[in-house]
Amino acid sequence: MNGKTFKSSMRARYLKQKLFFGAVRLSALLITLALFGILAYILANGFRAITWEFLTQPPTDSMTKGGIMPAIVGTLYLTVGAILVALPLGVVSAIFLTEYAKQGALTRIIRIGVNCLAGVPSVVFGLFGLGFFVVFLKFGSSILAGALTLGILILPTIIGAAEEALKAVPQTFREASLALGVSKWNTIFRITLPSALPGILTGAILGVGRAAGETAPIMFTAAAFFTAVLPKSIFDEVMALPYHIYVLATAGTHIEETRPLQYGTVLVLIALVLGIDLIAIVMRSMIRRNKRW
Amino acid sequence: MEKDFIIRTKNVDFYYGAFRALSDITMDFEKNKVTALIGPSGCGKSTLLRLLNRMNDLIDGTRVEGEILFEGRNIYAPDVDPVEIRQRIGMVFQKPNPFPKSIYNNITYAPKLAGIRESGEIEALVEESLKQAVLWDEVKDILTKSAMTLSGGQQQRLCIARALAMKPDVILMDEPTSALDPISTAKIEELIDTLKKHYTIIIVTHNMQQAARISEYTGFFYLGKVIEFNVTEKIFTNPDVKQTEDYITGRFG
Repeated sequence: MNGKTFKSSMRARYLKQKLFFGAVRLSALLITLALFGILAYILANGFRAITWEFLTQPPTDSMTKGGIMPAIVGTLYLTVGAILVALPLGVVSAIFLTEYAKQGALTRIIRIGVNCLAGVPSVVFGLFGLGFFVVFLKFGSSILAGALTLGILILPTIIGAAEEALKAVPQTFREASLALGVSKWNTIFRITLPSALPGILTGAILGVGRAAGETAPIMFTAAAFFTAVLPKSIFDEVMALPYHIYVLATAGTHIEETRPLQYGTVLVLIALVLGIDLIAIVMRSMIRRNKRW
Repeated sequence: MEKDFIIRTKNVDFYYGAFRALSDITMDFEKNKVTALIGPSGCGKSTLLRLLNRMNDLIDGTRVEGEILFEGRNIYAPDVDPVEIRQRIGMVFQKPNPFPKSIYNNITYAPKLAGIRESGEIEALVEESLKQAVLWDEVKDILTKSAMTLSGGQQQRLCIARALAMKPDVILMDEPTSALDPISTAKIEELIDTLKKHYTIIIVTHNMQQAARISEYTGFFYLGKVIEFNVTEKIFTNPDVKQTEDYITGRFG
């Protein structure tokens, strides 16, 4: 190859590289733009609805005026409930899969099952919750039934994140602990699990977003069309933000009139999810600061 | 004088699945002496070491045949709890592996779980272990700092202190200085020399001079078998087997 063709082929390669990096940059930019576009649109349309009354009062005048306080409280209960159900169950399952079970046919089948569960449409979870929790276990349409249904819905997310987090803990930590004559149980609970906690919290964050935003699973299991009173026990129905938005946008008598309220409710839902996530993120960074390796 | 053997292996075979990693290992380890295990990579010396405190239990699909007697009791008998064995037979690994905890908590972690609760006793244990590992003077003012802030050599001495805090009878060392600089290595070798008064030490090493310097007995391994096992001086000056001589003089391995 003479010098000239070498140079031109270098130029062609350089060009190709530029093109490729350009494309990569563009896709990253597009995704960010889409996200900010949605947020800006909601903010622009919704911020006028946000008033003190909106946040602290129940809806009035057939839900065309007033606030969304019962729905905020309801979603908060349902989301926290779902996490309380899914986090312990998911973490324990992940511990079984990564620390205890012999890797083989059984763990493979469980993992396939978990992945399938992740792919099931959310309305199916809703119907399952209706059939099992609401009717069969006689919980009725309630916070308990809704939180359990949402808990199962986010279980695959939590298990997946917890498994990855546990696998990322260096094997040398486990060996060091076991070699000191510490039992497997104590090794898991005092060394492995604390080291995996940041990753597990990431899973919880993803779970919160999903649980707070789902409509179909709570439609039949927990959500009330309208109630001005706050729940007194976990066997009470609640209003919930996603369902409230659905109702206002599709089933109300004044759909166009309540548009600002709909956007306002969406904005509150996003803020609520962000708020819960923020708690988890702060916790995570605090733990990370203490556990560096 | 009758020799006191703390660990004896009898015709030990070890398999990873179908692969036979160790064949017919019969060795006696004398109490309060340093025994070095040498040999080329993959010869099975680390595998044997990890058999002695049942660390190979952690690997799926392995199988042990023969007997490993610790103070006369087969540690692979069905009624033996590996946790108890590991409390009596400690281990130091190739790479320093302190926990992401404070220096103090690295030491107290295992003794506390083993049931030592009284705070005076625990504090005394921390000081004693760190002094034994010749680390006390360097860390006595920073006990609450993370162990991860120590240098590699200090971390390894902390790992030794951590093992000593369990007051074991035997300490297994798997190439404890291979990740360290020469000065840290010298410190650890000195430490091993003082520790053998109270502990039996079995050390795997790739460093021939190290084996010659610190051990009373040396076992040469090749392809999963013990080729020669004898007093260190004999192995290094006048070995019986040609293979041993070839390895020691650097002709292969």
